[in-house]
Parts: sequence; structure tokens; C-alpha cells
Amino acid sequence: MNAVRMKLRVNGEAQEILFHSYKTLLEVLREELNLTGTKHGCELGECGACAVLVDGEPVLSCLTLALECDGRSIETVEGLAQGTQLHPLQAAFADCGGSQCGYCTPGMLMTAKALLEAEPDPSRERIREAISGNLCRCTGYQQIVDAIERAAADMRGTRA
Amino acid sequence: MSAENKPFNVIGKARRRVDGRAKALGQLRFADDLVLPRMLHCKMLRSSLPHAVIESIDVSRAEKHPGVRLVLTGKDFPIPFGIMPVSLDEYALAPERVRYVGDPVAAVVAGDEQGANEALDLIDVKYRPLATIATPEEALAQPEPRIHDYGEQGNIHRNLAYEFGDVDEALAKSDHVFEDTFFFQGNTHLAMEQQAALATVEGDGKLLLSTSTQNPHYLHRQLARVLQMPASHIRVIATPNGGGFGGKCDPANHEIVVAKAALLLGRPVKICLTREEVFYQHRGRHPVLMKLRTGVSKDGKLTAMHLQTLLDGGGYGSHGPASTFYTGVLTPVTYELPRFKFEACRTFTNKPPCGPKRGHGTPQPRFGQEVQLDKIAEKLGLDPADMRLNMVTKRDSLTASWLRIGSTGLAECIRAVVERSGWKHKHRKLPLGRGVGIACSAYMCGAGVSIYWNKMPHTGVQLLLDRSGQVTVYCGATELGQGSDDVLATIVAEVLGIDTGLVRCVTGDTGITPIDLGSYSSRVTVMMGNAALQAAGRVRESIAAAASESLGIAPDRVVFAQGRVFAAEDPDKGMSFTEAIALAEAKFGTLSTVGSYSPPRAPGRYKGAGVGPSPAYSFSACVVQTEVDPETGWITVPKIWIAHDIGRTLNPVLARGQVIGGVYMGLGEALMEEQVFRRLPPKLSGALVHRIPSLLEYKSLTALDMPEVDVTLIEEPDANGPFGAKEAGQGPLLPVMPAVANAIYDAVGVRIDEVPITPDKVLRALELKAQGKNPRVGPESFPSVPYPAPIRVLPPWEGGDGDEIKSPAGEPWRRKVAA
Repeated sequence: MNAVRMKLRVNGEAQEILFHSYKTLLEVLREELNLTGTKHGCELGECGACAVLVDGEPVLSCLTLALECDGRSIETVEGLAQGTQLHPLQAAFADCGGSQCGYCTPGMLMTAKALLEAEPDPSRERIREAISGNLCRCTGYQQIVDAIERAAADMRGTRA
Repeated sequence: MSAENKPFNVIGKARRRVDGRAKALGQLRFADDLVLPRMLHCKMLRSSLPHAVIESIDVSRAEKHPGVRLVLTGKDFPIPFGIMPVSLDEYALAPERVRYVGDPVAAVVAGDEQGANEALDLIDVKYRPLATIATPEEALAQPEPRIHDYGEQGNIHRNLAYEFGDVDEALAKSDHVFEDTFFFQGNTHLAMEQQAALATVEGDGKLLLSTSTQNPHYLHRQLARVLQMPASHIRVIATPNGGGFGGKCDPANHEIVVAKAALLLGRPVKICLTREEVFYQHRGRHPVLMKLRTGVSKDGKLTAMHLQTLLDGGGYGSHGPASTFYTGVLTPVTYELPRFKFEACRTFTNKPPCGPKRGHGTPQPRFGQEVQLDKIAEKLGLDPADMRLNMVTKRDSLTASWLRIGSTGLAECIRAVVERSGWKHKHRKLPLGRGVGIACSAYMCGAGVSIYWNKMPHTGVQLLLDRSGQVTVYCGATELGQGSDDVLATIVAEVLGIDTGLVRCVTGDTGITPIDLGSYSSRVTVMMGNAALQAAGRVRESIAAAASESLGIAPDRVVFAQGRVFAAEDPDKGMSFTEAIALAEAKFGTLSTVGSYSPPRAPGRYKGAGVGPSPAYSFSACVVQTEVDPETGWITVPKIWIAHDIGRTLNPVLARGQVIGGVYMGLGEALMEEQVFRRLPPKLSGALVHRIPSLLEYKSLTALDMPEVDVTLIEEPDANGPFGAKEAGQGPLLPVMPAVANAIYDAVGVRIDEVPITPDKVLRALELKAQGKNPRVGPESFPSVPYPAPIRVLPPWEGGDGDEIKSPAGEPWRRKVAA
């Protein structure tokens, strides 16, 4: 089995890694970089638990070969908080009931981050559309939508 | 301010759950996130045939594969296990017989997952196929080959019958008798986290298993049994579960396999099931065929019900004996039912074992009952909401089956959803294609008896406080996402007048936490909560005693609130909570208290009376609005209103989340979720295989499919609940499926008497309607099931004493003859 060497940026930090070429980005994040915040729910691109941002776009890391990420910039849930300060999305998820078991949360957060960067003031329907590729079995999604809506308001500085 | 009746500090206040921050950070460590030095990886080989004898297994090629450290087969696990003492019918790896496609037969431990997977392909298993039993009907018709050599007879696992009062007599005297059959398809939990487990032998030589389990205590006992080790040499840590819903209740093959492998190798061994394997592990909702014969008076009161159920149990016992009871026992809890008979039969089939899923055995009969009520109301010209309202069970009453109902807010729930949904303006009044339906339900707050017989408490809580001001609470309960840690922290915080953020929860660790039976049967809030209340009350007493000396007041005048300990009559006279702890530590020594809880004794005394009783029952009512396209049968659900009697809301954010999550799962079951099977073509073995063992094809609702849910929390505090609190985790799922079916009838006038209710079924029913035939899709008949003679018990109002009646033949309903 060939090990390959590659450089990429992960949560703003330059990383040089050595890994088996068959590994997915999800496996490299979890197993080589110990970034276990990103979850696997199916490893077949069905559930969205493994969503991360590659160059700002949400991708399913279980369907992405790590090799495809040479020189690219990856953001995972571990990169959201600033020091001990939660990202507004994280705070809203924690406060509004957006996380129950917490397993889909990292993928939801990254998908929501990409949404809010593109659309700072999405409707509830747009939020539902944006996260429709991320499955959650606990919440019924309503409090996740609430959380993203609140975070959007916080980030725009308009929350009452 | 009174010391006893202070306003709540934390209860009822919306706040961040205690584990919310870690979850939002992705910091929470689930089982598969754990890594240990020298860790090896395990994979299991699973049967490709649904029913076969294993003639031989040759592992020699696998053992030689590079990186392989160990190969295990059935001969390494001679001792069977199971969640229930009456169904110890599983082996970690099948020794001689496989009973479903996916039954584990061998395991490989290697340096990495890839190597372990490669080695699985090198294991040669010779099977001798046996006839496949695919359905309960086949199981009844074909007693041979027996899937198990225990059980009632042939392929019947459990078979039971109870009759509370003379039901035939009551039906004969009823103004109307309604007879209906219903089918509830099986479905699975689909927790987002695939089960994972990591076993290691710790420095002290003892086994540690960290695993995604809802029930570490029962797993602990089964590990000791199968591994033939003292339980005191085994520690089970329930890692935070990435969703459970009942799917992580059974001790699982893979948990035992990695435990054994770690003991043999002296190295950590980890396994994570693939999503496909999770579908084989299953233990989900039983497919149930039901027949209900229900008598009513002309004013719409129930007179009697005869309920028959037939369960498709799959290949192993699992919780089956309990599941069988649960298809009947909670039926009389919602409405006054003078007489009740239920017969239930669970069969073995060659499919993944069914077990407990959210609602455990009760959603199926509740679906049948609530749809039948809609038909009854229609026939009698009654409003289905009013009809229900007129017959709800009363507070502190007994059912015909001797269940004691404590508080009930069902009437309030019905009124709330009727009011909020605009029911009176919608039901039978919306244009064709749009409709509303109503349904109700009840659920228990913890099973009244343990899974294994014992006289010990069902739960224990220990508190440790010290001069630093920290409060640590230990309990064996497990966090599944349902918020059990937050419940624990909330109760302790409320009693001690502090913020939940000051309470550290240490839970689900058999090595260091007092025993709790587990996170099942919606037992945690009431049982763990009461134990926490006791432990916190005891330490509060010590702190109050010490503080009262310093304050020069009587101990019962000490108030704990807002992080302070002060005089009731003069709130300025007081101290910080931390100072108060220091005084108590000085006076009494190290501060630690315990609490425990056992449910009250149930009034029923007949054999089997242990299943169904609970310290309290929650109640729910639900209105669903549907839009049905008459051209395509496509069903849209724009809105759902639900009211849930939770007793007391501890944290409204979590309570609402549980309710909406239950509605979500119920709606998925109503519209699309199904665990179904198909035959492979004969040239591919003809095996009975799972149709859709993947997250993509096992359909569940996405954010786009899920409507907004209007939640009303009804608070009818129950004397047996901590601060009156009852469950919210399971009950709110139950009324959704029948409310959907009833709403579809209101929309397009067709009855779909089975779930899931899919567009093709609606379309078929619409075609029948157009042809002038009975516009109904559902089971046409109920098979002849050899139910046993019923255990007969007189209802309380007919002079019964809660025990079985044993009367001379020919006079079946006389009271027990005095000896």
C-alpha cells in the first residue's frame, strides 16, 4: 500500500501529512489528524454527519479522497470557536436545543456556516433546504432551524 | 419567603443543557472517537444465509493474513446471553446455527480495519441451508424447522392471553361492535451514531469496555456471564450515545467479541459497526398484525375491547417477552375501558431480531385503537375529539387490568390541540384533499420491575461536595441525547439553589457510578430524578444544619437559592453556597450522600402483572393536518399540533426538543420508514435479505419534509415524579401515526389501516373508492393463532382483588373460591 505525503491547511494551520492513498478525507481528519469532531454516519454520502468545508464549500468528507485535497483549505468543527469563545452558531445550537445527542451537530454546523456566509439572512425555508442533506434523528430539525436563524441574527447584529 | 415553597431556581427555565457546549464544539467523545496506544481493530463476518447450520469454519487462511492478530469463532463463546433472563438465546458468534442474514459467525482482529476486512474474505464457512421462516404466518404454519429449541412451541416464542372481566358478554350487550384489523410495519432506530466499542485491559488487570450502550448495567451482567469473570473485574463505560431510541439497549455481539479479544491479546481492541451492520443488529420496532373488536354504547363510550396481536420477532429473543406484553398492557391507560381482553403472540422468523424502539410495543396497538376510534366516531356521528374527551381515564383511578393511573392531563391535552389547531373549523370542513386527524396516547415513566428479578433499588445517585464549591453527582444513567445529565444536574441544582453549571455529572460508568438500570422505558427522569432528589435533600439537610448555627436560626428557616444560603426571614442574612459547604464540611466531615429509588408496588397480583405498571403515566394528544394529492396519492403534512402532559417541565428547551423529536420519528414511521426484506433471485441463493440496509434507501424525513410542530406542554404534576415531572422521550411519538391516518381519511375519504402510509397505498384506496368499493387498504384477515386460555382477572369495579380467578369450569367469571 502506498503512503503519500501531502500539504493542506486545516482550520487555518498548515499541515503536512503522510497517509495511505486509499483514505478518505474523513479518515485522514479523524485518524491522522485526530480531529474526531467530524463524524461518520454512513460512509456512503447519505447522512451529512461528515460535512466539512473545503475552500469554503461544504463537502461530504466520506466521499472525498484525501488526495483530492492537496493544497486546499479544510475547515472542521474544531476550527469554529475562537479560543474558548463559541462561534455564534455553536452558542445558538447549545442554547436553542440544536444538539440533542450531538452526533449530527458538527456536520450541521459546517453546512450552516457555509449557508450564512453566502446568505446572511436566510428564510426558515432556505435554512431547511440548506440542511436537507444532513440527517438528524433526535431533533425533528425545528430547533436546529431555530438555532441557525438565531445565529444569523447574532452575526448580523440584529437580534433583539 | 418560605423555606419550603421557594420559587424554582432552575426548574422550568429555558437554559443551555449541561452537555450543550461540548456537543457544539464537537468535543464530546463518542465511542468511535476513542483511541488507545497499541489499539487493534476488529471486524465481524456475518452470515450470508438467513437460516443454516454451520457445518465448518476454516479460518486458517485468515489467520495467516498480514497484520491479523486473532480470529474468533463460535467455539470461543460457548455461553449464551440475552437481555432477558428468559431469552438467553444469543451467542457472541454463532456456534452452529445462523438465524438471519447478518448473524455474526466469526471475528478478525488486525492492525487496521482494512486488514481485518481483507481477512474476513479469507474465512471459509460451509453452511447447510435450512428452510427459511419469513413471516409470522409461516412461523405459525411451519413448526419445523424450529428456529430455536426453546419457546412455547414450534416457532412461537411467546404466547399469552389475559382477560379482565367477561369481554364476550360485554360485547354481546354493546350497542355496536367494531371489528378491524391493522398492520404496523417494522422499522428501525437509525441512530446517527453507528455502534462502536473499545475494550482494554487496564493497568489493574481488569477489563474496561467503553461502548455506545443505553444499558451499561445489563451489559455488565451479561459480560460477566459470557466471559465467566467476576463482575467486579469488569467495568463498562457507556460513552455518550449518538442517539439510542432503544437500539443500544441489548448487550450486543460486537461488545462481547472485543471484550474477549482484548482479554486474549492484552491489547485494546476496537470495533465500529458499518451502517449496513447496524441494520442487522436492529432490535427495532416489531412488525405487528392486530385485530381489535371493540364494543361501544350509542353515546360513544367504550364497553369492552378484545385485542389480538401477532408479532414478527426476527431471529432472537431480545426484549421479545416484554415486547409481547407491551402490545397489550398499556392499551387501557388512555380511556375508560370496563372490560379488556388481549392475546399476544411473538413468532421467530429468519430476520434481524426485533426489540425495543421508542414506544416499545405500544405504538402498534395504539395506532389500531386510535384509527378504530376515528371510525367509531364517524359511524356514531360524534366529533372524534369530543368522543375522546368524554372517556379519558381519571386521576388516581385503576384500569380494568389493575394499572394505577396517577396524574393525567389528557383532557387538557385534547383541549389544547383542538383549540390551537382550529379543529372545530377544520374537521370534515376542509376542501377535498385537505384534512385533519386527531389521536391520543399514554406512556409509562419507567417499568415497574427490573429486567431481572431482585429486591434492590432501580437506581442510585451519589453526591460529593467539597469546600471548593464543586458538586459532583454520580449515577449509572446514560446520556443518549435525551438530556438525562441535564435532568440530573437540574434536580440537584434546584434542591441546592445553585446553577446547573456548578454540577458536574459523572454518569454511565459501572466502575464508579451507583447502579442505574439504564436509559429505557422512559424511566430516567422519574427514577434517577427521585434518587437525585433524595441525595440532594440529604446533603441539603447537613448544609442547612451547619449554616443555621452560623446564622443563629432554625435549620428549617434556611433557604437555598441563587447560589446563596440564607435566612428565610432576612435574605440579606446569609452566605455563599461555597461558604455554607465549608461550614458543613467542618461540622460533619467529608460531604457525601446517596439516594436511591424503587417504584411503588403495583396493585395487580396476577402472574404477568409486573409488565405495565409504572410510577406515573404521561399523556399526549396530537392533531395532524394533511394535504393529499388525489392524482398521485402524494401526502404532505404542513403542520402538526401536539400537547404533552409532562407533569412538570424541568428544562423547556429540552422538553420541547424531546416532544418535537418524538413527533418527527412518529411522522417518519407514519409516512415512510420501514425495515423490509426481499428474496434474492434463486441463482443468488434465494436468501431473505434486508431490502434497504442503507441510510439513503431507508427513507427518513429530511429538514424539508418535516413540518413545524406546535408544542404545548401540559403540567399535571405527579406525586411520584421529582417535582412532579414525568417522561417526554417516548410518549409524544405515539399519537402521530394514527393522527396521520385519520387526517388522510378526512382529506380524501380513504382508510389506510397500516403504516407506513405511502402514496401508492393512498392511490390504491382512491381507485377502490372510484370503483364504488370499500376505500380501504390494510390487512384483509387475521390468521388463526393458537393463543393459550386467558389468565382471568376481575376488574376492580367487579369485585376483583387484583389476582387471577380460579373458578370451577363452566363458571368462569365467579370470584376466586375461598380455600
